[in-house]
Amino acid sequence: MKMEAFNDRNVADNGYFLVDIEDYPTDGWGKFKRVVKRSFRGELFVGLWVVMREMIRFDIHTVQYPQEKMPIGPRYRAVHQMKRLWESDTERCIGCGLCEKICISDCIRIDTKIDENSRKEVSEYTINLGRCIFCGYCAEVCPELAITHGGEYENASDQREHFILYEDMLTPIDTMKAGKQLEFEGFGSITPHEDERVKKTPLAY
Amino acid sequence: MSKITINIDGKEVQTQEGEFLLNAARANDIFIPAICYLTRCSPTLACRICLVEADGKQVYACNAKAKDGMNITTTTENIEKERRAIMEVYDVNHPLQCGVCDQSGECELQNYTLLMGVDSQNYAIKDVDRSSHDWGHLHYDPGLCIVCERCVTACKDMIGDNSLKTIPRGADALNADYKAEMPKDAYAMWNKLNKSVIGLTNGTDVLDCTSCGECASVCPVGALVDTHFMYTSNAWELNQIPATCGHCSAGCQLSYDVKHGSIDNPEDKIYRVMNEWNYVSLCGAGRYGFDYQNADATKDEAAFDAAVAAFKKADTIAFTSTITNEEAYLLQAMKEKFGYKLVNSEAKAFQTFLNEYSKISGTKLYGSDLEKVHTTNFIVSVGSALKTDNPNARYALNNSLTVSKGAGLYFHPVKDPIIEGLGKSIMTVTHAPLQEEAALYLVLDLFGDKEKLPKDIVKYLASFHSEKTVTVTETIKEKVIEKVIEKKVNEETGEEEEVEVEKSKMVPKKVSKEVVVDNNKLLEILGADDKFMETLEKNLKKKETFALMVGPDLYKHPNARNLARLVALVEKYSKFELVMIPALTNTLGVSLICELDDERGDYTVAYNTDGDFVLSGLGDGDLDMPAINQQEGTLTSINKRVNPTNAAIGYNGYELNDIANALGFDAKNVIDYTVKLPTTVGFKAQAFDTLPNHYENDGTEVRGYVLENVAVTTDDDESVEKFSDDKLEDCIIYLANPVRQFTAFTQKTTNLDEKSGVYMSEEYLSSSDFNEGDRVKVKTASGELTANVVSDNKIAGSIVVLPTFDKNLNSEVLFDGYRFSAASIEKV
Repeated sequence: MKMEAFNDRNVADNGYFLVDIEDYPTDGWGKFKRVVKRSFRGELFVGLWVVMREMIRFDIHTVQYPQEKMPIGPRYRAVHQMKRLWESDTERCIGCGLCEKICISDCIRIDTKIDENSRKEVSEYTINLGRCIFCGYCAEVCPELAITHGGEYENASDQREHFILYEDMLTPIDTMKAGKQLEFEGFGSITPHEDERVKKTPLAY
Repeated sequence: MSKITINIDGKEVQTQEGEFLLNAARANDIFIPAICYLTRCSPTLACRICLVEADGKQVYACNAKAKDGMNITTTTENIEKERRAIMEVYDVNHPLQCGVCDQSGECELQNYTLLMGVDSQNYAIKDVDRSSHDWGHLHYDPGLCIVCERCVTACKDMIGDNSLKTIPRGADALNADYKAEMPKDAYAMWNKLNKSVIGLTNGTDVLDCTSCGECASVCPVGALVDTHFMYTSNAWELNQIPATCGHCSAGCQLSYDVKHGSIDNPEDKIYRVMNEWNYVSLCGAGRYGFDYQNADATKDEAAFDAAVAAFKKADTIAFTSTITNEEAYLLQAMKEKFGYKLVNSEAKAFQTFLNEYSKISGTKLYGSDLEKVHTTNFIVSVGSALKTDNPNARYALNNSLTVSKGAGLYFHPVKDPIIEGLGKSIMTVTHAPLQEEAALYLVLDLFGDKEKLPKDIVKYLASFHSEKTVTVTETIKEKVIEKVIEKKVNEETGEEEEVEVEKSKMVPKKVSKEVVVDNNKLLEILGADDKFMETLEKNLKKKETFALMVGPDLYKHPNARNLARLVALVEKYSKFELVMIPALTNTLGVSLICELDDERGDYTVAYNTDGDFVLSGLGDGDLDMPAINQQEGTLTSINKRVNPTNAAIGYNGYELNDIANALGFDAKNVIDYTVKLPTTVGFKAQAFDTLPNHYENDGTEVRGYVLENVAVTTDDDESVEKFSDDKLEDCIIYLANPVRQFTAFTQKTTNLDEKSGVYMSEEYLSSSDFNEGDRVKVKTASGELTANVVSDNKIAGSIVVLPTFDKNLNSEVLFDGYRFSAASIEKV
């Protein structure tokens, strides 16, 4: 690792400059003049005038939350979702545990077991939203595009620990059947032209 | 074997003559890739990835032996090509399911694929159906299997069950073009790989072995997995706690892999047991018997006060040997302070045996250990049901037979198909119980140095010899001259005429001969077969190192004193090196640390046994105690090593140290006593936190420390008594556990599900009118009990075996010390 960047402590050479600030008054008369100047400037009325003007005009920009909500971008990282497979409507999550491993705030926990078909099954899955920092690593690391972020940002809770379970995150089956599952476009999603970049394994049959 | 110097990649390396190059490199921290090789086992030559160039020639590092001055290059351009092709081949049709594989990244296939930089695939073949198999405690997925045969090698060379082998895969032949275009070794390896998968030796899909699980632990991929562990946790989530197995005296290194129990339960739980499988092999109890902790213990103050009161009232402390050295030290310190009697009949017997042995040998402890037995050529075992008393002793015996070209001689009254199945070079002698002395006399007779042995012993031994004339039928080849009429063309006349020709022929002929041979009556007493001497002579060829293993049958034998002296004489006057098998986990430690008494007093505080006030690690007593996997401390193993073990799981109750502190001792932790263990008997004044617990790359065991074998003054009396002709006959019972069970602690575990009862061999069941499941009453002179008959195919012969692991059965009441007893068994 190169240490030059750390060793150069002369910040002035890197585009920083001193702001031209008037010197503070040092004597009593100077201080008195400053107080008078600040008190009778009328800046307060500038703000009050804007409020009154807009009130009269009825030109209101405020979103009437919670009656009104802004549309959320497809890459917004809010409360997680668990997606289903388009082909079979079954859960995409294979229980590999990579999200649990990569989570930097250590808020994901996953319990797995062997199911009756000898496959790995997720028996329980929780995310502690009280600890989650919504960094998006879990969605990025997921090999199955199973865990993603969603647009649901309202996760206020009456306690610091706030857990969300697998069932809460999973796309409801009726939404899935209706074909209304939305794919996430943020971290971890498939990049354009992915098909062209993947090498195929040669198979003899 | 002598020290030589070889040169690996320009580095001068010291090694032994004849050592495998791979081991020499590993011992010196030089990396040579290898998949199929297992240290201590014979080279398999399945993966061929350990190719190196030795003196300009390509050899496999795992089976090429070091010669003085050898020059080795670990990579050349050609070797790189071979290795890359081999890894490509291994990746052919390997499922891309690493996300759910239980190996979870601890995968040698992944590692080497990345190391060799396999980023494209040039080979292909049609896959075949490779669906998974459920083998009980193991799960085999041939789809993930790379057929390195490490499981087969471990089972054959180390464990001795020979339960696994390669079976046909049923795949198409490789594309003929590959032979020309592929690197040579990669093609040969693929050709072999493509023909085989792993299957069971018995031809069925039901695994019947001693269930050690060593095959699963050596598996480099996730093909063989312990069923209990399947899909429960990723390896990286587990926290490895270095420990020592607390079930038997072998004191195997292992690590408990712990993680929180589940999302709802933040308490730690043991998920699996791992070991350094290159240097130590676990048995089924060690591997699967891990959850024996005293889980629900709490600080019950009323019970604690009652315990302190009981200690004040008591005059005796009775205990078993499943405790740590520190606890044993505490008990001894309490004895010294308050004058308690310490009662532990099993350790007492061993202590007496050791002391008697010391009187002749002049050392406190036996001379050898199991590590040495692994490399010994000829091994004799007397007085131990090896496979259950100490599975590691069985592994050592088997390892010697298969890898060190050894031979063995197994004296035991109970016929054992597992021991007999170890190979052709093991001889078993099924003698009558009580005749162990005869067996030791025979060893003295056959191997003792008659010149140095005390005169009266030589004389006594000679008294068994007589000459006898036997008629031997030999097949000799005799020359017979026959007259044959042949048709021949007369050269002069050109006509064909008949000519008489004499032809000699060698014809085998049976001849009876009278030969005078030596007749050893000891053999007859022991019930050895007629061919014994002949086979022994054959087996003794080229044998240089000898080991004698003696077991718990001798310690509680009515003539234990005499047996101890005989054992000492064998060690002193023959080439045999001696190992004694302590009966329980820390029997050796307890017998060295504690002064033990014979009889209990009026009021007994019992630790893990029965008494008036019971402290129990099993959680069924008056006050809870931690089990071994919840304790810090040291355990003394059969290898005379003081091994440290750590607490794998939390414990919330009181421990012995708390009681001791309440009684006036002062130690924050029980491990504060590690440094105080008595140096006069060989312990070292070393603090617990300084004790290491690992193996070096060259296999050196760096665990705790080895006890010093303290010299003891002898009294120059080397006399031994003659053995009596007493033997037990008719219906005999034997006190031994089934495979994978040792104590009530192993019984408590969830994965070890051996049925308790009266064990009868299949042979015995078919010849008697008992059937599996029958309720029978077993009665001896000492007591009686009623239990169910259990068929056990791991024993043979007619001796009925009773286990000690089941506290409810309480088999000990039937026995008066000695592990065998005459009994009557009847159906109820």
